[in-house]
Amino acid sequence: MRSMDQHEIKIMGWTGMLLAVFLTATLLGVSRYATDVPDCVPYDAAFLEPKVTRLDSNLYQVNLLAQMWNFEPSEIYLPVGAEVDFYLTSKDVVHGFHIANKNLNMMAVPGGVNKMTVKFDQPGVYEMICHEYCGSGHQHMRGEVIVNYPVK
Amino acid sequence: MQISIAKNQRRLLIILLSVPLLLLTLGIYHGLLQTLYRSGMLSQRTFAALDFYQGLTLHGVINAVVLTTFFAVAFGHACMTYYLNMPVNRLLAWLSGGVMLVGTLLAAGAMLSGTSSVLYTFYPPLKAHPAFYLGAALLIVGSWIAYFDWIGMYRRWKRTHAEVKTPLPVLATLVNFTIWFFCTLAVAYEVLVLLLPWSLGWVEAINIPLARTLFWFFGHALVYFWLLPVYIMYYSMLPSLAGGKLYSDNAGRLVFLLFLIFSIPVGVHHQFGEPSISKGMKLSQAIMTFGVAVPSFITAFTIAASLEYSVWRKNPQRRRLFSWLFQLPFFDKDRYLFAYLIAGLILFIFGGFTGLVNASYSLNNVVHNTAWIPGHFHMTVAGPVFLGILGMSLHLLEQVTGRRTRRRRIATVVPWLWLIGLLTFSTGLMVSGLKGAPRRTNMGLSYLNPESPLFRTDWVLWETIGVIGGCIMFAAAGLYFLVLVDLLLCKKTKEAGLSFPAYAVLHDEPRAALLDNFRPWLAVMFFTLIIAYVPVFRDIQNYTGPGAKPYAPESNQPLELTK
Repeated sequence: MRSMDQHEIKIMGWTGMLLAVFLTATLLGVSRYATDVPDCVPYDAAFLEPKVTRLDSNLYQVNLLAQMWNFEPSEIYLPVGAEVDFYLTSKDVVHGFHIANKNLNMMAVPGGVNKMTVKFDQPGVYEMICHEYCGSGHQHMRGEVIVNYPVK
Repeated sequence: MQISIAKNQRRLLIILLSVPLLLLTLGIYHGLLQTLYRSGMLSQRTFAALDFYQGLTLHGVINAVVLTTFFAVAFGHACMTYYLNMPVNRLLAWLSGGVMLVGTLLAAGAMLSGTSSVLYTFYPPLKAHPAFYLGAALLIVGSWIAYFDWIGMYRRWKRTHAEVKTPLPVLATLVNFTIWFFCTLAVAYEVLVLLLPWSLGWVEAINIPLARTLFWFFGHALVYFWLLPVYIMYYSMLPSLAGGKLYSDNAGRLVFLLFLIFSIPVGVHHQFGEPSISKGMKLSQAIMTFGVAVPSFITAFTIAASLEYSVWRKNPQRRRLFSWLFQLPFFDKDRYLFAYLIAGLILFIFGGFTGLVNASYSLNNVVHNTAWIPGHFHMTVAGPVFLGILGMSLHLLEQVTGRRTRRRRIATVVPWLWLIGLLTFSTGLMVSGLKGAPRRTNMGLSYLNPESPLFRTDWVLWETIGVIGGCIMFAAAGLYFLVLVDLLLCKKTKEAGLSFPAYAVLHDEPRAALLDNFRPWLAVMFFTLIIAYVPVFRDIQNYTGPGAKPYAPESNQPLELTK
């Protein structure tokens, strides 16, 4: 394009390259560290029933139900090294679900089911926090994942 | 150059500029209070008859929707009138202002009555009073009326100026309102077709993922609607305020036209954490969001080059790589507008890069809905946008009232004090967010209440830093209102009219037909929108279950509807 200053053209090229680097870094992170955004699952009313199921020696499935103003189950006991599929939905309004140091971060939306997989390698108490405004009790909506015993 | 404008148009501008500034006192008051609630300094639900979440709703709606929309319309009227040297249509302009005002009053009434504490995103199935939804719709429709008038003005001007470059601010104003018109179609549909009948009890349940996706179809384009008026100031006024010229005119045109394409089909990056939208769609819109960073990078270069030129022009010796940075008129009280714009631009560097973090697909898991997010967006909407609005409102009010503010030194201090406060505030919020603190939460009742079993000691320091920043920002805003009140009290000293800093260009390239024609860009915009959003709506159809009944924030039972 002759109708623009040469330096402007150059800076567009540099911008493109910089953004390509950012994007590559993001995708590398996804593939190398298995960090991905939540997966959506076709809706099924069965997910409205909260439960923890042991699928295999260290493989667990948690059906987590968000409701005004707690999570069900609100305390989840797991062995060290457990790999957990969290399925999340909401009974009433929109809620959030966040375990900060596990990068487990999802929205609980009525009519939708979300899925994320995470592994608990270290023992500890992991706080689950609702991070979307869900009414007057929102600031008290939380729960715990307690990882405290070794796998047999 | 000053142009004279009709008295009725001056009156309209005064109303459009001062109504939101008046409401802003409430919005800013509750901004400060929120930092106090969040840090645990206030450990209660309500303070002075205003509930935390009610105040948060007011803060968001007034500061981010009412102020920005009123200003965009007022500034649009001024740009169209000034750069085309044509009056706006009196009837349409007043009709537009009137509808916006009625909408604002309806929504304000609903929020103040305490029946609409649903925050400015009004996510269903939390239900607001029908007047809240109706008010929001009227505010939007009112702004469309002004836009329709401007399209007519542009067409009439073009008939006699077919081969003349459209003035950049005119092109940019039209781009901005074209984005606004198409993105607000989605939210108008959400509000009028889904929410309003549901809130009146005519419809039992609505599709929540659909409503959220319609909202975010609008929600991210909204941030460009906030930003582009300030971009117009950066391109057409900042260079000459610094004593220089805009580096390249056609680069500016390209930037605005790129926003036309990229502003809307990126909304899903606010929904990375949601069900009913597949990963592929999330990734594709993440990439599109990187695309919308391109025009901002070009802007960073063009504006920096323009400012650098302004310094070398005065002082051609001693050219060192960055020495020009320190020779700009940062504190010149006779050019206070420069201080507002440059302080905003500095904040936007941080706002822009933290925005790229949010857009980076799975990296969003680290920050989504934590306090990091308000930390980020205060450096955009409360950075360049807010400071641009404050500086330009003062400038325009001086012009249309024929007065000259006497408190120029204070007016020049305001943006710098604001910058210091905002950087402190955002640092506090972003760090506490990285430590897991949620946004939109009255933490003084729980996580930051030492008497609560939920007390989190590791967030205390950073939320306290947020309070310090909030206090500094509050003081800066207080000084700004002092300047405004003083302007009201001083005498008229000159002819009322309208004038802007001159638009001067260093590389004034010949007119490129492609960069002065909306049609091809609109075609690409529609094409991109279809590619980006049709599969998303199909996902929602395939993955979503039954609809949701309305809830009030106070109860975990759905509202009993009276048929």
